[in-house]
Amino acid sequence: MTDVIVSSKPAGPMAAPPTSERAKARRETLRVLFRRPAFIVGTLIVLGWIVTAALGQRITPYDPFNQFFAGHLPPGSDHLMGTDRLGRDVLSRVMVGSRDVLIVAPLAALLGVVAGTFLGLVMGFYHGMVDNVLSRLVEAFLALPVILVALLTLVVLGSSSVVVILVVGILFTPIVARTVRSAVLSERQLDYVTAARLRGESGLFILSREIFPNVLGPTIVEMTVRFGYAIFTVATLSFLGVGIQPPSPDWGLTVAEEYTNMISGIWWPTLFPALAIASIVIAVNLVADTLQSVTNE
Amino acid sequence: MARYISRRLLLSLVTLWLLATIVFIIANVLPNDVGRTILGPFAPQESVDALNERLGTNRPIFIRYVDTMAGLVTLDFGDSFITGKPVLPDLMAAVARSAKLAGLALFLTIPVAILAGLYAARRRDKLADRGIVLLGVTSSSIPEFVTGTILVVVVGVQLKLLPVLATPPPNADIPTQIRYLLMPATAMAIVYFGYIARMTRSGTIDVLQSDYTRTAAMKGLTTSQTMRRHVLRNALIPTVAVIAVQIGYLFGGIIAVEKIFNYNGMGQTMLFAAQRKDIPTLTAGAIIIGIVYMLATLTSDLIIAWMNPRIRLDSDS
Repeated sequence: MTDVIVSSKPAGPMAAPPTSERAKARRETLRVLFRRPAFIVGTLIVLGWIVTAALGQRITPYDPFNQFFAGHLPPGSDHLMGTDRLGRDVLSRVMVGSRDVLIVAPLAALLGVVAGTFLGLVMGFYHGMVDNVLSRLVEAFLALPVILVALLTLVVLGSSSVVVILVVGILFTPIVARTVRSAVLSERQLDYVTAARLRGESGLFILSREIFPNVLGPTIVEMTVRFGYAIFTVATLSFLGVGIQPPSPDWGLTVAEEYTNMISGIWWPTLFPALAIASIVIAVNLVADTLQSVTNE
Repeated sequence: MARYISRRLLLSLVTLWLLATIVFIIANVLPNDVGRTILGPFAPQESVDALNERLGTNRPIFIRYVDTMAGLVTLDFGDSFITGKPVLPDLMAAVARSAKLAGLALFLTIPVAILAGLYAARRRDKLADRGIVLLGVTSSSIPEFVTGTILVVVVGVQLKLLPVLATPPPNADIPTQIRYLLMPATAMAIVYFGYIARMTRSGTIDVLQSDYTRTAAMKGLTTSQTMRRHVLRNALIPTVAVIAVQIGYLFGGIIAVEKIFNYNGMGQTMLFAAQRKDIPTLTAGAIIIGIVYMLATLTSDLIIAWMNPRIRLDSDS
């Protein structure tokens, strides 16, 4: 607790500094991050859900798939969050309910960010005709809500976790590409790129070894932002019946299975998974948002 | 200005064509065998063939593409696989119902979000600003169906303040209709509050730091005069753009909201079509939503060009 220096210097390198300085800047960013309560709270909640999902049945009060009797039981001392329509313990199901979404969402986000970064690098660097054509395509993709295209595609292809990952990942690609493209556009005018060109480096080398490391910051931020959106999207798709499939205790799916019972006053099997979704998306977005504001400073 | 508008229109048409092509590829190329997709893996081959024959999906892909695109130009979106009737009239009625819901959501969220964004920008880094930013992050990150569920449980079931289902009794007057739509519209409004408030905030902060704002303050204008004459017009440009984009995305969230509140709009129609694999309805719906998005962004670009002459003059040169 001796170091109290908070540098107001930009963490992002102005013109490709040597690696050691880059590492220093990265450490600095981390230190600033850990001063933000929003970042810490967000990380803790996400970690909490990961741990609960990983430990699973070893820490749940009941077997999440065990049916005690056929019917709803309100929250009480035996079942803290009550039981669902098949008599399964809601608390136990909420605890393991993040499993599928925590596998599907990060993979979808990763796919979207990797493909989108590649596309964005190409679009930003080669400019001209390639960029024009791809930009129009990206624009066309962005004109449709992700949920809608995903719904259409999943209906046509049939739903499974792999298809959900692929579809959401591909639909995120143009969004990421646009972000990376604009980052590359501002980088390519900088002196270090001109210097590399004058040295006679190939386009591929400049792109991968000079520009890419400098747009890595925005790319990592984009990854966390996409992770949040991926949870949002996958949960909504599960709620619509084309995402994660039964008998998974997935939160979105559970809400879909139970929401019609709300009208008759049976709110507990719907409300608790809904709150769980809210907690994890808020947590991820808190992390993403602080990351964004810290790297922008 | 005329050149700007015509250029912008032409680009919209190109985007619309690409969008229709993407939707066509998803609906017709990916499934490989449309009849098989509809009837499932266990249906006998003869019925699959018969269905493909009836739907015209056994024709070569290129012919179907040309046919679909020609249909777009003549506003003929084909017939439903389920009912056999043209899809357009039903979809337009559903769009009208969804437009009521979406309109109410925007009406609820836009003024509040813009005021919150402006206030946060004026009190930058103070407690109020931090609070509004946090609220914005939170509200825009929760899926509409989650907010909808929580609202139903708290406001509808526990407090019994508002009806749980969104469809008003037939021939209801406007206040009653609004009462029924209030909860689903709020569920959607909460998501958009975050986007719009944050965009207004950052737009305003940029403008407040500009030289011309300082000049305005230094030549003796009061704060409210500066805000009205110099800040607002420029600060709201990104907000207008983000609202337009959100109008398109509204139709993504509306699917889940209409499901929760059992409201027979565009979202419900699309979802039923999806469950019955009614591909013409789905593709037509997607294209209509694409058109709505294009119109919204086009309008916003025109508003922005009117707000900021530099944009329209730049493109003329």
